[in-house]
Amino acid sequence: MFLKTLSFTTVALAIVTAAPAFAGRDQIKIVGSSTVFPFATTVAERFGKKTDFKTPVVESTGSGGGLKLFCAGVGDGYADITNASRRIKSSEVEKCAANGIADIVEAKIGYDGIVIANSKASQQFDVTLADLFLALAKDVPTGVDGETKPNPYTTWDQVNASLPAVKIEVMGPPPTSGTRDAFVELAMEGGCKTFAWIKAFKKEDKKAYKSLCHTIREDGAFIEAGENDNLIVQKLVANPSAFGIFGYSFLEQNSDTVQGSIVNGIAPEFEAIAEGDYPVSRSLYFYVKKDHVGVVPGLVEFLTEFTSEDAWGEDGYLADKGLIPMTEAERTEWAEKINGLSNLAM
Amino acid sequence: MTNPTTSFLKGQKHLNRRHNAEQRFQWMGRIAIALSLIFLAFMITSIIWQGKGAVSTTKVMLAFDLSAQMVDPENIKGASYEKIVKSALRSQFPNAKKRKQKKALYALVSSDAGFQLRDQILANPALLGAEQTLWVSASDDVDMLMKGHISRAGAQSDRRVNDDQIGWIDTLSDEDAIKRVFNIGFFTSGDSREPELAGILSALVGSALSLLVCFALSFPIGILAAIYLEEFAKKNRWSDLIEININNLAAVPSIVFGLLGLSIFLNVFGLPRSSPLVGGMVLALMTLPTIIIAARASLRAVPPSIREAALGMGASPVQTTFHHVAPLALPGFLTGTIVGMAQALGETAPLLMIGMVAFIVDIPSSILEPATALPVQIFLWADSPERAFLEKTSAAIIVLLIFLVLMNIIAITLRKKYETRF
Repeated sequence: MFLKTLSFTTVALAIVTAAPAFAGRDQIKIVGSSTVFPFATTVAERFGKKTDFKTPVVESTGSGGGLKLFCAGVGDGYADITNASRRIKSSEVEKCAANGIADIVEAKIGYDGIVIANSKASQQFDVTLADLFLALAKDVPTGVDGETKPNPYTTWDQVNASLPAVKIEVMGPPPTSGTRDAFVELAMEGGCKTFAWIKAFKKEDKKAYKSLCHTIREDGAFIEAGENDNLIVQKLVANPSAFGIFGYSFLEQNSDTVQGSIVNGIAPEFEAIAEGDYPVSRSLYFYVKKDHVGVVPGLVEFLTEFTSEDAWGEDGYLADKGLIPMTEAERTEWAEKINGLSNLAM
Repeated sequence: MTNPTTSFLKGQKHLNRRHNAEQRFQWMGRIAIALSLIFLAFMITSIIWQGKGAVSTTKVMLAFDLSAQMVDPENIKGASYEKIVKSALRSQFPNAKKRKQKKALYALVSSDAGFQLRDQILANPALLGAEQTLWVSASDDVDMLMKGHISRAGAQSDRRVNDDQIGWIDTLSDEDAIKRVFNIGFFTSGDSREPELAGILSALVGSALSLLVCFALSFPIGILAAIYLEEFAKKNRWSDLIEININNLAAVPSIVFGLLGLSIFLNVFGLPRSSPLVGGMVLALMTLPTIIIAARASLRAVPPSIREAALGMGASPVQTTFHHVAPLALPGFLTGTIVGMAQALGETAPLLMIGMVAFIVDIPSSILEPATALPVQIFLWADSPERAFLEKTSAAIIVLLIFLVLMNIIAITLRKKYETRF
């Protein structure tokens, strides 16, 4: 009796759950960056509503993880598009080629600013990239060319006398995040390069230069707050002396509680980022597998939707979601490249 | 001469100490329970407090021009509904002149308003030909303002809703053209990037399908494995080794099972990525050790006299086990299964590796279609910049808890039913 009940429930459940058989894929699959995720999903949702195609599935895997999945092969089981908050690396292009993916279409979709924000309850900071580097690097120059010491600074006024005497406490994303990569490359390295001897050092010993400029201090002044930017915003409100590093869209959505610091004299505002004046901004991309065009239904139409003025234009719905659009000339140029399916040129 | 007597009633000091120790222990226990109850109550009230807003949503009534000029009755789908919505807003509030003002005006309604209008017309083509007043969703910012999550005080630049917009909303509410209604969409639609449209159903169905697969695999396999190991297998070095391995597996971090799923189910078997089938299989791997350990313990708790009596009456070992021992151990099997399934329900880490952490709008209709799961949905919403997702996150947690409670109630009723039989 017992065995019968057991086997009966199993078989019944198996029948209920395994209704239709495998079928060819009729749905676009997108993987990649968590920074581009909100934009890709918005377009995907619109596309699903506007057309008769199924809504694409968008996975948030991070830029590196996405490119890895993307380059794994051609066919039903592999992603059609990968989002990236940085440009594809030549090593990744080679990996793609090794797996039979020779033709990739590159699409630049816009910009994202990285802000250094604090609570509105405190004073707005006006920092330079050099200040940020000195406050956050593991090793800082001693003043004598060619010499460094472990970061001794504990308050902002030690870094730059014009800043208030507030404890250095910065919350930022972990190393797995694209935001962290971009912050390190744009802000830290940007500040690092302002020291002439370090800049000269780049040619001599690139590795040592990188490790000096890219290493963030680990003594507690920089707090890895996880990938959740909302959490950072909440912590900033709770702790007015702390700073947080996150994407511009979170600043825009929380403009009543947090403020972005002025960097190199420029406030993180929409126009300033769009025009490239704000120093800590990066380009966002996605990559399309050309072999899948025409095989996976809707791929061409998806690209058309993404590159329409309604989507990525200055008043488009992606701008409402926090994407900083490209200039009109850039948009025309990229739309042509994307819709014409031109191959990636490194 | 005095008799050296030992009185057990004396030594009051020692006795008191023992009584005090007992009292202390009991009080510590009570305090511990009270503390955990306070934390639980705090957690649940804060979640319900934050999530209650998600039950309602704000709708706006506007007069739409649906003349043949705007919508061709022959080609209903081809009309530009966004234009109709925008012109309806403009004629309602002609004071919005500048480009920036117009943009703010359009932001009053959801970006989905055009699609909602289209769907209403498709459902009832009789609306065409005249001006109609219809309800469409308000944008998330308006919804947040109506619910009091955006304060009207403070400088205009500090708010998501500017003074013009507040003026328009007040006009609308004076005309009873804005109202809060039950948010049925939250329970009937899939995920969305627009907080006012996002629903839980796709994640709920995804979780249910994954758990069905997980149950269909782990329950029979786990219990048969436990029965074999406990009742039939010879106790030797091999069975010891297997036992140690099962105990160890129960403590393996769940992401490892995800990696296993990725390399075997996806890469070797070629099963579809992001599907509840693979999700359920990975979760089954994770649940198996829990079920096996609990099932073995409950088999061990069946008195040997039952086995001896059955064998004495001439039953074969298989008959003894399946007719007499296993039914008695069934409540224990069910307890183990509940624990395992509850664990599986709350898991996201292994699902990350097999592509179930994804934006999925369509509601899955089979275990082979892409799906996501409840905890994943909570994670994705918690990570979204829009403030309106905060209440959705809490509401999704409530749904997850209700799902869990329902699952447990089913299992407990079943357990009760089998317990009374013997």
